[in-house]
Amino acid sequence: MDKTDKIHQELKELLLSQNLAVLSTHRDGQPYASLVAFVAAVDLKHLFFVTPKTTRKFANLSADCRVAMLINSSQNQVADFHQALSATVTGRAEEVSGDEKEKYLPFYLARHPYLQDFAKSPTCAFVRVTAQSYYLVKNFQNVMELHISK
Amino acid sequence: MNWTIPAIEVSDKDRKRIGGKGFALASMSRQGFNIPDTLCVTSNLYNAYVTRTGLRERILLELHRKDFKEMRWEEIWDCATRIRNMFLRMPIPAEIEAGFREAIESQFRGKSVVVRSSAPDEDTAASSFAGLHESYLNIRGTDAILEHVRKVWASLWSDAALLYRQELGLDVEKSSMAVVIQEIIIGDRSGVAFSENPNDSSQGVIESVYGLNQGLVDGAVEPDRWIMDRRKRKIITHTPAKREYWMIPFENGVQLSALPDKMSTEPPLNSKEAYTVFDLAMKAEDFFKNPQDVEWTFREKTLFVLQSRPITTTLSKKSEDNRSWYLSLHRSFENLKSLRKKIEEELIPGMIADANQLAEIDLTILSDHDLAAEIKKRWEINHKWVNIYWEEFIPFAHGVRLFGQVYNDVMRPEDPYEFVDLLTRTEMASLGRNQMLEDLANIIRNDPGLKKQIETRDHSKIDQNFIRKVEEFIEKFGDLTCAVTGGTQCDRDNEPLFNILLEMAAHPRIAASSRKSTTADVLQEKFLNCFEGDRKQQAVEMLDLARTSYQLRDDDNIYLGRIESHLLAALVEARQRVEYRKAGKVAAPRTEELVDMLADLDHRSKELNPYEKKPGQAYEIKPRQLIGQPAGPGISKGKARVIQQHSDLSNFKHGEVLVCDAVDPNMTFVVPLAVAVVERRGGMLIHGAIIAREYGLPCVTGIPDATALIQTGDDITVDGYLGIVTIAHNAPRKDR
Repeated sequence: MDKTDKIHQELKELLLSQNLAVLSTHRDGQPYASLVAFVAAVDLKHLFFVTPKTTRKFANLSADCRVAMLINSSQNQVADFHQALSATVTGRAEEVSGDEKEKYLPFYLARHPYLQDFAKSPTCAFVRVTAQSYYLVKNFQNVMELHISK
Repeated sequence: MNWTIPAIEVSDKDRKRIGGKGFALASMSRQGFNIPDTLCVTSNLYNAYVTRTGLRERILLELHRKDFKEMRWEEIWDCATRIRNMFLRMPIPAEIEAGFREAIESQFRGKSVVVRSSAPDEDTAASSFAGLHESYLNIRGTDAILEHVRKVWASLWSDAALLYRQELGLDVEKSSMAVVIQEIIIGDRSGVAFSENPNDSSQGVIESVYGLNQGLVDGAVEPDRWIMDRRKRKIITHTPAKREYWMIPFENGVQLSALPDKMSTEPPLNSKEAYTVFDLAMKAEDFFKNPQDVEWTFREKTLFVLQSRPITTTLSKKSEDNRSWYLSLHRSFENLKSLRKKIEEELIPGMIADANQLAEIDLTILSDHDLAAEIKKRWEINHKWVNIYWEEFIPFAHGVRLFGQVYNDVMRPEDPYEFVDLLTRTEMASLGRNQMLEDLANIIRNDPGLKKQIETRDHSKIDQNFIRKVEEFIEKFGDLTCAVTGGTQCDRDNEPLFNILLEMAAHPRIAASSRKSTTADVLQEKFLNCFEGDRKQQAVEMLDLARTSYQLRDDDNIYLGRIESHLLAALVEARQRVEYRKAGKVAAPRTEELVDMLADLDHRSKELNPYEKKPGQAYEIKPRQLIGQPAGPGISKGKARVIQQHSDLSNFKHGEVLVCDAVDPNMTFVVPLAVAVVERRGGMLIHGAIIAREYGLPCVTGIPDATALIQTGDDITVDGYLGIVTIAHNAPRKDR
C-alpha cells in the first residue's frame, strides 16, 4: 500500500469505526456545534445523520448548507494525545427524502438500529453531507488534506 | 505502595517489579552468595513518577512525532536527548519522594553507592540489554542518589535502547524501569567470569583488571584472561594484559588512572584466586540452572558478586551484532581524542594533498585513453575519501554529542540544544565564503553605477577592480554553479554568482550581531564554573574537542567537495569531447571508452511525490501541516524555494524559505537571503540546522518527502519551536 492509499485507508477506518461526530453549523456568523450519530459511505463522498426538524442545527443548515464535521477516535485518556486520529470534513448538507431516503436510510439504520423509531419519525430529517475536503490529523500535529474530486 | 524492597525481603512475586538484575541479586543473597548491601527500587516508583508528572505522555508524544521507521538515527538521538533532559529537569514529586528518601537514608546513610538499571525487559534469556542502560558508580548523599535514579530511568529512552527495543518488537508504551541501589564495594581487583565460554562449551572464561569493574566493562582497561576447563576446574591458559590503567573512585564518580608500576608486573589474580572466582561462576550456574555471566570484585581477600545474568552471546548472531552496533554509536572521550589526532594530522592533510595533486594535471592534453584512466583514478580517489568520511569523520561528530550530554547533565537547560551556542563561535569555512560574498554585495550596494554595469551582464562594461575581486572569490570558492566547492567547470558561468550578489545588494546588510550568539561567553563561563581542578581541565578539553568536531561537520564537506570537483572536471572534459565529436566537427577518433565511463558514473534520481494523484483516483491528497524536528528556534513565513538541483539556487530570492533534501556547505551561500530552512534529512546537528542556527533562522529538519510535497512558490510557515511546517497551496501545481 502506498502513502496515498494509506491515508485514504486510515480515514476510512476512522469514519467507519466511530458512531458520533461533532457537527458545526452557523447562523448570522455565530458558529454552533452539536453531536450527531452518523454513518459514512465507504467512498467517503457522503455522510448521513438524522435530526429533528425543530433543532437549532437543522434551522442553521437549512439557512446555509455549508457545514463541518469532526470525527475522532479519542477515548478521553492521556494517551489520546499521541494515539488518537481526528478528521475534520467540510461539505454541504441537504435533507434527502422520497426514493433517495428509501435507498439510504437502511444503511444508516444498519449502523444505528436503536434509532429506528427516531429516524422514522415524520418530525425528523434525514440529512446527507456531501464531503468536499477532509483534514486528517495524526501524531498530534501532522495534518494531511484529502480533497474529493468533483 | 512499596516503592522499594531491601534485597533480603524480596519474594518470588516481586520479580516483575524489581527487574531481572535486582531479582537475581536478591535470590543469590538468600542463597548465601556474598552480595553488597542492596535496595531494589520497584518499577511502581518509575510508573508513579512518569504518570504524576505527565512525563509518560510527553515521552510518547515525542516518540510519535513521526513514524519511527522514517526517523534517521540522528533524529532518534535528538529524541533521546530531549527525553533525557525531561528527566533531568523533572524532580520526583514530594509525596512520593518522601518515602523513597527515607528508605535510601535508612539503608545507606553516609555510604557511597552504585545505581544500576534493572528494567523488567532486561536480562531475560531472549534479549540482553547489557550495556544499553546506564549505571552510576560511587554516588554519595541522598540528593545525588535520587538524581542518578532519574538518570538511570532516562536511559530507558536512550537512542541505543530505543533502537534495540524497536528491533525486538517490544512495546514502548509498556516500558518501565526498576533500579538497584547497592553499597559500592571498592574492590582492588575486579572482573567478569563466564561459567561457560560462548565459543567452547567445555571451557569457562575469567577476565580481570585492577581497580573497579567499570574499566573492563567500558572497554577502557584491557583485562588479563584465563581460559578454564569446566570439568577438571583447571586453568588451560592465562593471557596477561598490557596493564596500564585502572578505574578508581574519584570525588563523586570514578576516574581512569595510570596503574602504579609495581602492579603492572603482577597479574590481578593468582591461580588460587582464579579458581575461587571460577567456582563462584559455577555455583551461580548451578543455582540459576543455566550458564552465567558474573561480575565480581575482591576487596582484599573477600569476594563479592556484583551481578549475575544468563549468558546471551549464544543468541542468534544477528541480534547480538546489532546490539553491539547500537552500543558502538557512542564513543568514549579517549576514543574521540585519538580520532581527532588522526583526522587533523593524517586525514585532512591527506585530502588536501590529493586535491592539490589532481589540480596539477592538465586534462586537455590527455589522450582519450589517458582521460578515461584519469576519470577512473579520480573516481577511486573520491570513493576512498567518501568512505573515510563515513567511517571516520561522521563518528567524530559524536564529540558534539558527548559534550551535549555533559553540558545538559550539569546545566539542565530548558533548551536541550543550548550547548550548540557554545560551539557556533567556531570559524567555519562556509561562513568565510559567505562573508566574502557579503563584502562583494556591499560594494554593489554602495555603488549604484556598478550595480547598473552588472545588470547589463556585459563583462567589458563592469569595473575591472570589481571583476578582479570576483575572480579572487571564484578562485577560492568557485562560481557557485557547481554542486561542490571549488568547482568552476560546471557551467563556466558567472551569471548565477552575479544574480546572488545583486539579490544580496538589493537588501540591507545582515548585521554580524544578529547571527552570532553573544551569550556564548556567559554560557561558557557558567559551564566551566561547575567544575574544579582536574575536572575543569577535562571540561575545557571536552569543549575544545566538541568545537573541533562541530567545525569539522562543515569543513570536511568543503575538503571533500574539492576532491569531487576534480572528478567532475574530468567528467566535463570527457563529455565535451564526446559532444564535440558527435556533432561531427572533427574526424572522429573512437570515443566509446569515454561514453562507457560516463554512462557508468551517470546516475540521477528525481524525487517523486508519494501522494501524486493516480489515474482514476477520486480524490487528491495534499499536505497541510508537516511534522519534523525543531532544529532552530523562531517562526518565519515566506515563499518556498525548493532545491531539486544545484542550479535552482541561483534563482534564490531574498525572503524565501530554503527547502531541500539535504543542505551541504556548498549550498549555504543562499542562507543569508533566506528566512527559514526546511530539510528532508533529520537531526539537530546536520548542516542545515547548524548554518540556520548561525544565522538565527527558524529551521525544521526531518520532513519526509519535503522536496516533493512542497513546491517552489508555496507560501509556507516554518515553526522552528515546534518543528512544524504549514503549507498554503497557492503555487500552480505542475504535473510531474
